[in-house]
Amino acid sequence: MLQNFKQSLLASVWFVFLTFPLMAVRVNTTDQIVTWRLMNLVWVAIGSFVLSYVWRFMLERQKTRKKVDEEGGDTRSKLQILLEDMSFRYKAMGVLLVLALVFPLVFDTYQSNIMISALIYVVLGLGLNISVGLAGLLDLGYVAFFGVGAYTFALLNHHFDLGFWMTLPIGGIIGCLFGVVLGFPILRLRGDYLAIVTLGFGMIFKVVMENWDSLSFGPSGIANIDKPGLFGMDMNLAGSTIYIYYIMIALVIFTILITNRLKNSRIGRAWIALREDEIACVAMGIDMARTKLSAYALGAFWAGMVGVLFASKTTFINPASFTFMESAIILSIVVLGGMGSILGVILGAFILILLPEYLRAFSEYRMLAFGAAMVIMMIFRPQGIISGLRQKYEYKGTKDLTNNG
Amino acid sequence: MAEKKHKLLEVKGLTMDFGGLRAVDSVTLEVHEGEIAALIGPNGAGKTTFFNCVTGIYNPTKGDILLHPKGLETRRLNGLKPNKVTEMGLARTFQNIRLFSDMTVLENVMIGRHCRTKSGIFRSIVRGKSVREEEQFIVESSYQLLEKVGLQDFANEFSKNLPYGAQRRLEIARAMATEPFLLLLDEPAAGMNPQETSDLDQLICKISEEEEIAILLIEHDMKLVMNISNPIYVMEYGKKIAEGSPQEIKDNPKVIEAYLGEETDA
Ligand SMILES: Nc1ncnc2c1ncn2[C@@H]1O[C@H](COP(=O)(O)OP(=O)(O)OP(=O)(O)O)[C@@H](O)[C@H]1O
Ligand SMILES: [Mg+2]
Repeated sequence: MLQNFKQSLLASVWFVFLTFPLMAVRVNTTDQIVTWRLMNLVWVAIGSFVLSYVWRFMLERQKTRKKVDEEGGDTRSKLQILLEDMSFRYKAMGVLLVLALVFPLVFDTYQSNIMISALIYVVLGLGLNISVGLAGLLDLGYVAFFGVGAYTFALLNHHFDLGFWMTLPIGGIIGCLFGVVLGFPILRLRGDYLAIVTLGFGMIFKVVMENWDSLSFGPSGIANIDKPGLFGMDMNLAGSTIYIYYIMIALVIFTILITNRLKNSRIGRAWIALREDEIACVAMGIDMARTKLSAYALGAFWAGMVGVLFASKTTFINPASFTFMESAIILSIVVLGGMGSILGVILGAFILILLPEYLRAFSEYRMLAFGAAMVIMMIFRPQGIISGLRQKYEYKGTKDLTNNG
Repeated sequence: MAEKKHKLLEVKGLTMDFGGLRAVDSVTLEVHEGEIAALIGPNGAGKTTFFNCVTGIYNPTKGDILLHPKGLETRRLNGLKPNKVTEMGLARTFQNIRLFSDMTVLENVMIGRHCRTKSGIFRSIVRGKSVREEEQFIVESSYQLLEKVGLQDFANEFSKNLPYGAQRRLEIARAMATEPFLLLLDEPAAGMNPQETSDLDQLICKISEEEEIAILLIEHDMKLVMNISNPIYVMEYGKKIAEGSPQEIKDNPKVIEAYLGEETDA
């Protein structure tokens, strides 16, 4: 403790010394006056002291945790223990659901719109979580599937006047098909190669949509896409935003339910095994091709579905909405939240989408803060916000039975 | 001794080249029902490569690998994918432990049940009665396997947190979950202390007798090999240099030379 204190003090003195010429002295060359801003130095001292102290404290905590780990002790954090408690989980989910349902009634359209886009990213994150988080297949072109869904609805709506509800499953299925088609060539790839090829897919999608004018109307995009209908009722802007918000909540719940079931099923375990060790996985009798393709296709399914909703919400799409930046954000959501954890991905989506929205005041520093947060995260919690939750199973051993009998 | 026993695995003239290196050189080997056979030899002799060829991880350059499951027709394993080989009833463990480290001990074994169960994507989503029953069956039978290898108390631990010896036993349990009739163990005693090794000794014998699983094991611990296995095959520089009962192997001049030669090298 004292050691840390001393070290931090030293660091802060050092910083004051270093920044002295910059922060304290200002020379006005025209008037030949030197102003001394000693107050600035105090701030530098305090700031660097606090930063250094927190930094050391976290390093130390990480070290003790590692030590406990090596001694085979319980390294679960309080959060982890709490989250493994089922009754707590149900209560928390109930509270969150109520909050989510009253949200648009309390807040205005602007807030609801922000929330809708956060929810869109929740679904995208959960979808990508299947291929990246569970099956360990890095995908840098995930946004292509989102685009496929959006264009599916835009085109079907434009040419055949198909409605939102009709196209929602179609978008998912077409996304799924694209997942399978793009999945085949990458079955044998791993690591860097997989990353590069999927990155290429993402780029190709955008380029094709920009240039295939007869299909996609090129860079000018497709406008006047229908909003979701409700028995042919006419809705004003606020009304339809609230309606889309509730559709989105339903879609999120649907996604959580299904991805959760998949994760805890025979297929889901195969995905995780594939992520953990490919060779051991096939040696245990798991068909690698089928497992990879199913992970890819199911991941793409959600992107396709939510793409339909995105097109319907904005009523206008063009290729510029589907850039690599989107793929990167969705991937960051999964990595930040904790690979494979549904709760983690949801938290990650809210943090990464809502924080920048509400930090608009500091928009100049937004990317800076984003980068810094990611770096700090990678140093202190590389496994993501939520990780290491264990699935527990009920079983009755034979040993107990024979003891009784 | 085991003259009339049914032949389960028959490997004829197996050869594996890595570029210019012939890691396995026309090795012929058989494993019969009820046997605990051993494959020994100095480091780099090509034992693991032999296993990798048989289990489909490598496609051998030459030779035949034939599997004769009891009551079923003979299958040639050359060029089959590892998962197909496992489905046919041949399971293995790895020399450099390959557990699924972020899964619990129980889940590791449950993965082994994968190829013997069948709920697909849609049925898993709907999660009807048959799927729930199958899940419960997977859990129970995996737990029973953990009891067999003595790991039931660790069922909910992450497998990466297990001590070394326990990890090796977990690999055995996981392989047994695929319901093999032939089990290939690659250095199961590596890194174990004498107590753990003698427990392993008993475990292997128990598997062989109670589960009626034939075993082929690679091992450097001569005490373990001489205790439990018969026949023993010896490899050196990719070639098979001897085979026979423990006594025959102990007396074989070529084997003595191979091992002594290795010691002077070291
Ligand atoms: N994938 C590979 N590519 C090239 N060479 C390989 C490959 N795998 C193994 N070898 C070589 O083949 C030879 C036999 O290796 P192998 O691992 O089969 O030996 P081993 O008998 O299992 O030895 P140990 O007792 O140390 O485990 C070695 O010279 C090794 O370097
Ligand atoms: Mg080896």
